[in-house]
Amino acid sequence: MKRSIPLAITFLTGVFLVVSFFVPHEPFGALEQRLLIWFSIVSGFTMLLGVDNLLRSHGRKIGRRNPGWWHSVVLLIGFAATVVLGVLGRIHHGSPFHMQSPFMFVYTYTIVPLQGTMFALLAFFIASASYRAFRARNTVATLLLVSAVIVMLGRVPIGAAISEFFPAAQEWIMDVPQLAAKRGIQIGAALGAVSMSLRIILGIERSYLS
Amino acid sequence: MSKRGFWDVMNTLDRRIIFLILLICVTLPLLLNVGGEIPPTAPVERAYDAVATLEAGDVLLVSIDFDATSAPELMPMLRSVLRQAFAKDVRVIMLGHIAIGLPLGHMALEEVAAEYGKNYGTDYVDLGYRPGYIAVMIGMGREIRDFFDTDYQGLRVDDLAVMDGVHSYEDIDLLFGFEHGAVIDYWVRYAQARFDQRMAFGTTAVMAPDAYPYLQSNQIEGLVGGLKGAAEYETLIGHPGLGTRGMPAQQWAHLLVIGFILLGNIGYFVSRRNRG
Amino acid sequence: MGSPVVMVIGTWLAGFLTLAILSFLYKDNPFYKLAEHLYVGVSAGYWLIYVAFFDVEPMLIDTFMTETGVEKWLILIPGALGLIMLSRWFPRTAWLSRWPIAFTVGIGAGLGITANLQGYVVPQVEATLIPLSGWNLVSLSNLILIVGVVTTLLYFYFSKPHKGVLGGAARVGVVFIMISFGASFGYTLMARISLLIGRLYFLLHDLLHVLD
Repeated sequence: MKRSIPLAITFLTGVFLVVSFFVPHEPFGALEQRLLIWFSIVSGFTMLLGVDNLLRSHGRKIGRRNPGWWHSVVLLIGFAATVVLGVLGRIHHGSPFHMQSPFMFVYTYTIVPLQGTMFALLAFFIASASYRAFRARNTVATLLLVSAVIVMLGRVPIGAAISEFFPAAQEWIMDVPQLAAKRGIQIGAALGAVSMSLRIILGIERSYLS
Repeated sequence: MSKRGFWDVMNTLDRRIIFLILLICVTLPLLLNVGGEIPPTAPVERAYDAVATLEAGDVLLVSIDFDATSAPELMPMLRSVLRQAFAKDVRVIMLGHIAIGLPLGHMALEEVAAEYGKNYGTDYVDLGYRPGYIAVMIGMGREIRDFFDTDYQGLRVDDLAVMDGVHSYEDIDLLFGFEHGAVIDYWVRYAQARFDQRMAFGTTAVMAPDAYPYLQSNQIEGLVGGLKGAAEYETLIGHPGLGTRGMPAQQWAHLLVIGFILLGNIGYFVSRRNRG
Repeated sequence: MGSPVVMVIGTWLAGFLTLAILSFLYKDNPFYKLAEHLYVGVSAGYWLIYVAFFDVEPMLIDTFMTETGVEKWLILIPGALGLIMLSRWFPRTAWLSRWPIAFTVGIGAGLGITANLQGYVVPQVEATLIPLSGWNLVSLSNLILIVGVVTTLLYFYFSKPHKGVLGGAARVGVVFIMISFGASFGYTLMARISLLIGRLYFLLHDLLHVLD
């Protein structure tokens, strides 16, 4: 029962959605729509699992006074404050996402700068990696390097100022060889996804049950 | 310093010096504000033309599929597309599949709508977010209200004039998605393929190469890639913004990195030769 | 949020947090740690509010309150599946969470089969069948495109050893893959620089007002 019911659910829903793709008429169409709505609702709950894991692990760190436990205190305070402000926004403004809601203050002045700057750090690391690791060690590495340099020059005005070759070559690389490789890789990945989906529906692939 | 000594120093350069040089290289062009219009390329022109086909009263569905990690690239192009649409009195319906970025889209929507004197609920609406984007994309092919019967702030969409007669993709004249991840693949594979929905995209530079196959196969009508794409779109609508403003800094950073690559390789080959 | 004082306070808070994250470039430090953990905490809180306001309230509670007849009770099924998902919190009932997971995986798999074939494989193969008419640059580019797609696919074909014709084709495929990775590197660099420009623009324009 612990395995057979989930396998049956996967099989039935998977097969039904393939059938309803080819036969979208009633009753298949309406039933498919209902399943999609249910899927959307259930998907939301998966996010709660992640939040729960996070809170538990940091709660444990505080309880055990692990090194840096005060970081976990900051995390929990941030979490609690955001939730409280969200609820207040719902009560006082009808929605947490109302532009006057305090929840939007947290969003605009903490989440946006923190998230944006975290990723902006990567600019520094990629520049450093270019200097330290981007070596023309052999023919294929040289190809990669030359392609990267042409694209970088072709995408900024000075490339065209140096020579019309750079924007033209950049465009050709993007339209022909890089497109060809991306298409080849993605066709392979799409076929792989189809085969994995079949394995899941037929119960051959069961890792999601572990 | 001997030649060998110089390259030894260069090969073991503290990375913070590299960081500092990059910081200066990006800051100075921003302060000096030099640079001009960026001529548009074919993929961006095609995206512009797709929006240009819309007429007053037509419906543009805008999908916010990014967050603050890619806002500097995608926000300028979002503003440009909204300006182009509102200037033509096109109805704009916004939604999003990256929940944490949705308010960014809403802020841009309110800002540009105010520029053109547009009213919420009559000329534009923000439907917000629903989980499970594959299901939402397919389900919208039958009835948008099955998923979004209220907007982002809980108002019933049936009470909003902008949604009159808009029930499924058949009533949406163009979808313009702003993408920083794989949601573009889902839009194309689920909404374009199954419902033949017209669509164009603005993507981060990271995602743009992956989208080229869709452009060549005509599954999408246009592609605006990265800050440069945003600057090109600003040129097309004749309204320079943060895309155009950022391009000089972008340019000097590219030159710097190319310099780093060359210097790093020279150091590598000199060291290798010296080692024998 | 709209009052000027609140906006100034917010901008300075955002400025402090931006600098706290950037300080990591010098070395790891308590300011960075504070900002990093604050980010994780507020993001988790944000998700919770999102699920409550964009999923549970409109799709479950509102539907239950407004629908009548059998529809009213049917909506309890996904609600129950969602709650069962949370049974993972308790070790003794964790196995129950496999039911909603099986439901979402089954739907994803069923939709994925047709979408990947109809939405990618078929149109992309079709778009690769392009004309090779006459000796000109367009035909040459088209030929290169076809060769590139086929040899890249062959490079990832591992059911036979890469020897002979297959080995030669796979080596050609590597050339295309490397050019593609180079282009992707160039584009990735562009993206990262753009993010830095965005943050510096915030510091110089919104916080310090030294840009117009």
